[in-house]
Amino acid sequence: MTTQIIRSEWTKIRSVASTVWTLSLALVVTVALGMLVSALTRHGFENMREQDRLSFDPTYISFAGMGLGQLAMIVFGVLVVTNEYSTGMIRTSLAAVPQRGVFLASKVAVATALALVVGMVTSFLAFFLGQALLGSLGTSLGEEGVLRAVIGGGLYMALIAMFSMGIAAMLRSPMLSLGILMPFFFLISGILGAVPATKKFGQFLPDQAGSRIMQVVIPAGDDTPYGPWGGLGIMALWVIAALAGGYLLLRKRDA
Amino acid sequence: MIEAVGLTKRYGDKLAVDNLSFQVRPGAVTGFLGPNGSGKSTTMRMILGLDNPTAGTVTICGRPYRELPNAPRQVGALLDAKAVHGGRSARNHLLCLAQLSGIPARRVDEVLGVVGLHDVAKKRSRGFSLGMGQRLGIAAALLGDPQVLLFDEPVNGLDPEGILWVRNLMKSLAAEGRTVFVSSHLMSEMALTADHLIVIGRGRLLADMSVKDFIAANSAGFARVRTPDTEPQQREKLTSVLTEAGAHVLPEQDGALRVTGLPLPRISDLAHEAGVRLWELSPHQASLEEAYMRMTQEAVDYRSTADQKAGLMQPLPPGAEPPLPVPGQGQPGWYVPPPPQRDERASAPDTAQSSGTSGRPAAPAEQPSAPVAASAADPADSAPSEDAR
Amino acid sequence: MIELEGLTKRYGDKLAVDNLTFTVRPGTVTGFLGPNGAGKSTTMRMILGLDHPTAGSVRIDGRRYQELKDPLTYIGALLDAKAVHGGRSAYNHLLCLAQSNGIPARRVDEVLDIVGLTPVARKKAKNFSLGMSQRLGIAAALLGDPRILMFDEPVNGLDPEGIQWIRSLMKSLAAQGRTVFVSSHLMSEMALTADHLVVIGQGRLLADMSMADFIAQNSQCRVRIRTPERERMLDVLHTAGITAVEKDGGLLEVEGSRAERIGELAAEHRIVLHELSSQQSSLEEAFMQLTAGSVEYHAHTGQAQQTGGTGPAVVPAQPVAADTKKES
Repeated sequence: MTTQIIRSEWTKIRSVASTVWTLSLALVVTVALGMLVSALTRHGFENMREQDRLSFDPTYISFAGMGLGQLAMIVFGVLVVTNEYSTGMIRTSLAAVPQRGVFLASKVAVATALALVVGMVTSFLAFFLGQALLGSLGTSLGEEGVLRAVIGGGLYMALIAMFSMGIAAMLRSPMLSLGILMPFFFLISGILGAVPATKKFGQFLPDQAGSRIMQVVIPAGDDTPYGPWGGLGIMALWVIAALAGGYLLLRKRDA
Repeated sequence: MIEAVGLTKRYGDKLAVDNLSFQVRPGAVTGFLGPNGSGKSTTMRMILGLDNPTAGTVTICGRPYRELPNAPRQVGALLDAKAVHGGRSARNHLLCLAQLSGIPARRVDEVLGVVGLHDVAKKRSRGFSLGMGQRLGIAAALLGDPQVLLFDEPVNGLDPEGILWVRNLMKSLAAEGRTVFVSSHLMSEMALTADHLIVIGRGRLLADMSVKDFIAANSAGFARVRTPDTEPQQREKLTSVLTEAGAHVLPEQDGALRVTGLPLPRISDLAHEAGVRLWELSPHQASLEEAYMRMTQEAVDYRSTADQKAGLMQPLPPGAEPPLPVPGQGQPGWYVPPPPQRDERASAPDTAQSSGTSGRPAAPAEQPSAPVAASAADPADSAPSEDAR
Repeated sequence: MIELEGLTKRYGDKLAVDNLTFTVRPGTVTGFLGPNGAGKSTTMRMILGLDHPTAGSVRIDGRRYQELKDPLTYIGALLDAKAVHGGRSAYNHLLCLAQSNGIPARRVDEVLDIVGLTPVARKKAKNFSLGMSQRLGIAAALLGDPRILMFDEPVNGLDPEGIQWIRSLMKSLAAQGRTVFVSSHLMSEMALTADHLVVIGQGRLLADMSMADFIAQNSQCRVRIRTPERERMLDVLHTAGITAVEKDGGLLEVEGSRAERIGELAAEHRIVLHELSSQQSSLEEAFMQLTAGSVEYHAHTGQAQQTGGTGPAVVPAQPVAADTKKES
């Protein structure tokens, strides 16, 4: 029974144009921006400070586009859920699948699987193209921690999409969800993580904690209390909380 | 008074409206009928000067809409009830319209009262149901207290009270000597509202006559005759007597007889002579719907087919009895048999004239509705159906 | 079969649906009537398990909606024709619904054919007219070939051919022994379609009876008589204690007596009849009679005209404040 609902959700997701454009935008933006930053870094490396050169992380540099590319992933996650509400399709869907938990789980599973595939492709593509442009400064998958970081990049993108789905399931409106998520991830989280006063708290935010996995070289003086996998675990907890909230509200609410 | 002369609208190589000439007279409710994609909306828009005719003219009180001095005070229209800025309140929406044409603000409150929206006048129209949107649209149409009113599907989304109200409103507007032009798909509603009908199909005029004449011309009346339920032999006797006299007798579901081809007094006399007692002898006119169906047979876009069924129906729970089909139900309604089918799809209108007018009433200003290879392209109500071809 | 048992829905301190108990039986078309804001839509959403009842329960063929495996094969519903993702094609819309209930994909082509949408099956739903969306919604309801069908305002936006089609479709579904439950505001349409009626007003059950009984109970029956022997007929009626009113054109009208009785009297006295017909109230008249007390707000009579002389002299309509809350 769950398989048939998953097939149904797959039909839903592949038959709307927004899936294609959000996911391809995520890929193109992440990869292209990563390439641009890699190319610029290679030319500007001579002028860098000594300290920065020591903590130079070629893997992380090739993921420089992730900050912007994740926004497209957020749009993908939000639209997958909210287009059910904005079109009224939700009533038809819930009449067909009255088990709301199964419904939400199938939807999230299908969208996450898709986001994971695109995320992995994006991550590997960004890595290889970035390294190619870094030339002699580049690293390879064989180096310690690099494969973890590249796979982590794909996981990070999938988790961002899942988190957005959970938030969207709670808020139902696409405008509201995007209006909260986009500035949060693009601005607020970055500010909270950079300002010393809020750094303690900021580093536990989902994107701050999750992006730790993409770092291979830890800058000197870093006192982050969790490691790469620990950070991803913190992000996963956020995701679980968001999805649980979405599920509880979906179950309780009138459609 | 609305007058169309040779009105034509062409989109690309498709004729949406084809040489339409008619008059909508004051003092009556004129119904405007036609299947989807027949050019009704295009015609309405041309009347209001929103679309330019390819050829011909349409005038209101003798002038094209755009040349009317202060048009909103002469013509009121309800075209698309949802064509309202959703963030604006009902009152402000009307106030904008009123100010545009120099109508005093108190008139806004008046029309809000007329349509029953005064309690929600300050609410944003975004939260309105379809029925409330419809009332707001009607309020806008009434705003300038115009002599000419156009309504497109006015009862859409209204509840029975609202429907009754709109019907009475239109009748009273006409009784005040105004020109009321209404398009609708609801034949039963039209039959109760309109005095006069203009029917188009594929952009051409099919009929322009009173409702009574339209029904009479497009259908046969019949008599319903019932004999005592207790004595079936009386019914058989009457059937054979009437058939002998040249009538066409069909049994009805409730045991009555449907008799065509004999006037009522004659049926009565025959029953009398045969010693058959009558429990009912009532004259029936076919409905407007039947008459309309018969006229517009060929000009329809989507045809439905029978259900093949993939055998998906769930088995009944154990112990449950499958319900027995109810006899007498499930037969599609009784309709006047369709007019003789046209044998060839004539390509030239002049050949269609000879072969295609059988079964058509002698309507004033009648046009042969030659099957046009590419049918009407009415952007509003048939845009998707164009894709279908 | 749909069984409602004490179904109640409360929004804040307002009872939208108040202790509704009725059964929708198979083999007939059951009409569901009520003024705006009477709770029809809420009831239909609760039947489909979309809204949670405050109290009471709904059973579909004896089971709760949530307990149905592949619910579309039990009950198909058309609630809101526009509730479709506009970017999806008609075919894909139906396909995802079919897959969720394990219905084979060829059934999608079948239902598209039934509703006449095959030529536009691959077109995006956002380009559909209301009538076409309505057909798509009907296709979705038929998808699982269910034993129970529920339609909310099915003729909205359809043209006369479509209206006639949906009417005979509903009748034939009922004749196949299915349960057909239809809500509509179009009384004249309902009169042609439904055999049984459930009428609610302000959330409460007002009537649950056959169409014929409903009209008979909520109207007065009149008999029209036309005869060449008018004086004799009048005498006969008078002797039998029946009062006839003379109308113009030689017409006699009798209230409170059945046509059968008058027919027998005429036959007994060998009076030739040229017309003998029962004039029933329309469903609309009967409905108005019944629900007169349950429309939420009544017209503030005459208020509108007093303010100025410019307006057409028309009766103010019922205020419609009541139906806003359904949107939320």
